[in-house]
Amino acid sequence: MADIQKIEPDSVFVKAVKEGLLAGALAFGLFFLIVGFRTDQNIRNELVLNQRWGLLAIFVLVAGIGRFLLTAYITPWSEARSKNKRAAVEKEQSAFRKSFPKIGLGLLLIYPFLVILILWAYNGSIMGGLQGSLKYVDNFGIQILIYVMLAWGLNIVVGLAGLLDLGYVAFYAVGAYSYALLSTHFGLSFWLLLPMAGIFAALWGIMLGFPVLRLRGDYLAIVTLAFGEIIRLVLINWTVVTKGTFGISGIAKATLFGIPFTPGPTGFAALLGLPNSGVYYKIFLYYLILLLALLTAWVTIRLRRMPIGRAWEALREDEIACRSLGINTTTTKLTAFATGAMFGGFAGSFFAARQGFVSPESFVFLESAIILAIVVLGGMGSLVGIAIAAAVMIGGTELLRELEFLKRIFGPDFTPELYRMLLFGLAMIVVMVWKPRGFVGNREPSAFLHKRKMVSSEFTKEGHG
Amino acid sequence: MSEKQALLSVEGVETYYGNIRALSGVTVHADPGEIVALIGANGAGKSTLMMTIFGMPRARTGRVIFDGKDITQLPTHEIARLRIAQSPEGRRIFPRMTVQENLQMGASLDKLEYFDEDSRMVFDLFPRLKERINQRGGTLSGGEQQMLAIGRALMARPRLLLLDEPSLGLAPLIIKHIFEAIKELNKTTGLTVFLVEQNAFGALKLADRGYVMVNGIVTMSGSSAELLANPEVRAAYLEGGRH
Repeated sequence: MADIQKIEPDSVFVKAVKEGLLAGALAFGLFFLIVGFRTDQNIRNELVLNQRWGLLAIFVLVAGIGRFLLTAYITPWSEARSKNKRAAVEKEQSAFRKSFPKIGLGLLLIYPFLVILILWAYNGSIMGGLQGSLKYVDNFGIQILIYVMLAWGLNIVVGLAGLLDLGYVAFYAVGAYSYALLSTHFGLSFWLLLPMAGIFAALWGIMLGFPVLRLRGDYLAIVTLAFGEIIRLVLINWTVVTKGTFGISGIAKATLFGIPFTPGPTGFAALLGLPNSGVYYKIFLYYLILLLALLTAWVTIRLRRMPIGRAWEALREDEIACRSLGINTTTTKLTAFATGAMFGGFAGSFFAARQGFVSPESFVFLESAIILAIVVLGGMGSLVGIAIAAAVMIGGTELLRELEFLKRIFGPDFTPELYRMLLFGLAMIVVMVWKPRGFVGNREPSAFLHKRKMVSSEFTKEGHG
Repeated sequence: MSEKQALLSVEGVETYYGNIRALSGVTVHADPGEIVALIGANGAGKSTLMMTIFGMPRARTGRVIFDGKDITQLPTHEIARLRIAQSPEGRRIFPRMTVQENLQMGASLDKLEYFDEDSRMVFDLFPRLKERINQRGGTLSGGEQQMLAIGRALMARPRLLLLDEPSLGLAPLIIKHIFEAIKELNKTTGLTVFLVEQNAFGALKLADRGYVMVNGIVTMSGSSAELLANPEVRAAYLEGGRH
């Protein structure tokens, strides 16, 4: 025993060197053939063997040095940190967490103007600021908020009522096609069709709800998955109405109380005497989806305090106990499906108005999976957690489109786009290992007696007493 | 059957799980204001009878009558709305909800109208729950969860309280406390209690009458004193296991 204790002090370093060498050797073995050699076709259609020793060396070095640093420095550091600072960090976090929703909301409200101001300062001209902000308002702002809204909608079904729904994108599709078809055929306005799309989606939610009432867990997931696919296949094959894979284009844009966002003399820019730019419509859409998302959050927060929201949560916890407390689980499930679907429908009609084009391509299973992943990553049931997860997931994938700098490292042949989903998957695994219950894993109680006297999450473990 | 009308009567009930018969012609009753105990070994069908009264699963033959009304075919939530409450097997509290919210779920039939006075009554019975009011149900100890399950059932203002193994997995002192609380409740409010227990001695001490169930058949019935004195009951359930 004494010998072992003497060796202890420098063993971390030795261990790190060993593990680093091992990781390097493993990486060499793994990538020797995959990365080290590459066959290309030359101009005469012959296969040419290229050797890429430099690239292979980079792979091996990254693996070896990475492993060494991880074992020697990062692991001991994080262990010490979590040991020493846990109490302090807890306190800081809780103070930060309390004000986080307000700060976040404030930032979201000024986001488009902030972007314009920054780019104005950066480019030196107002037009540069306006045009440059298009990308950030549209690709990041609107795109993320659509998913925030969808995930908040799905959260009612999955997070609150505990009904695993893998076909949520179906309601998104119903909302989008409701708007697209009714607007192109009957010329109805966005503001009339927005609630209608929600109602249609809610009806479809109830239609899905009825046959799956008796199902739970895995079985429910399979049926909802099938439902999502059925809707998509109907959209593809019912060509008379939906034009199939061709899609519906030229969908009318939304207007601001009748003021269109067109370059003409009656347009928004002309009326306010502003320079012509497409950015106003984008900013308008940004605030529209922000409003819709906030509506979803507000309704969710309100419902959670009402008997129906309570019943949803109780249903998630224990269906049999619910029934024996006199809760009608049939209507409880149906209202959860209908409410969740309605917000999906709202988001769908917004999507159609924003894109001006819908096709079944937009409503594939991957969309359902991403929305569900956001809900799970955010921590089932937590609105703030879900918003963060949506920003990370959708903002992250958008950022990953801009990996051009990697070309400088891996050479001009490197196509970063191909690695987007790989990095995305890796990030998800890391988050689930690091925070297995999602970003905000603790359920915030919706009722308190007297004062908030909560036991720290340190001492509570969910599940079985 | 007694002269006054029984609050609950189960008449010749047979319940099946698939093709397996779990209950064979079970007939039991509970008069208003009574504590009735049903004792039996593991797998005798005690909990099945309890759940059959609640319609999960439904009786294939026979009738369940509550307060003169045939409830055999009613859906579970409507049975609960007749003011039958249960503390089910395995407690089934809502683990991620706080004690407060669990109790509120119990009071949801009346839309929380009597929540304040009823919760005060529950806290008088189980002061521990008051200390834990903002704690999540899943973080409570087993005994506290049992108290919460009974408290949640009481919040529904029941006329009949069904208790499935309230002593399961609990320390003797806590069992004693819970049984005392049930007795107290029965005395002060006249609440009818139908109790399923493996802990035969404790249950019969508490109850006015008792039934013994073996393999889905009620084999014996009588007053608690009779059953406690019965040599067969003593041999099967009491000797060598006085809790």
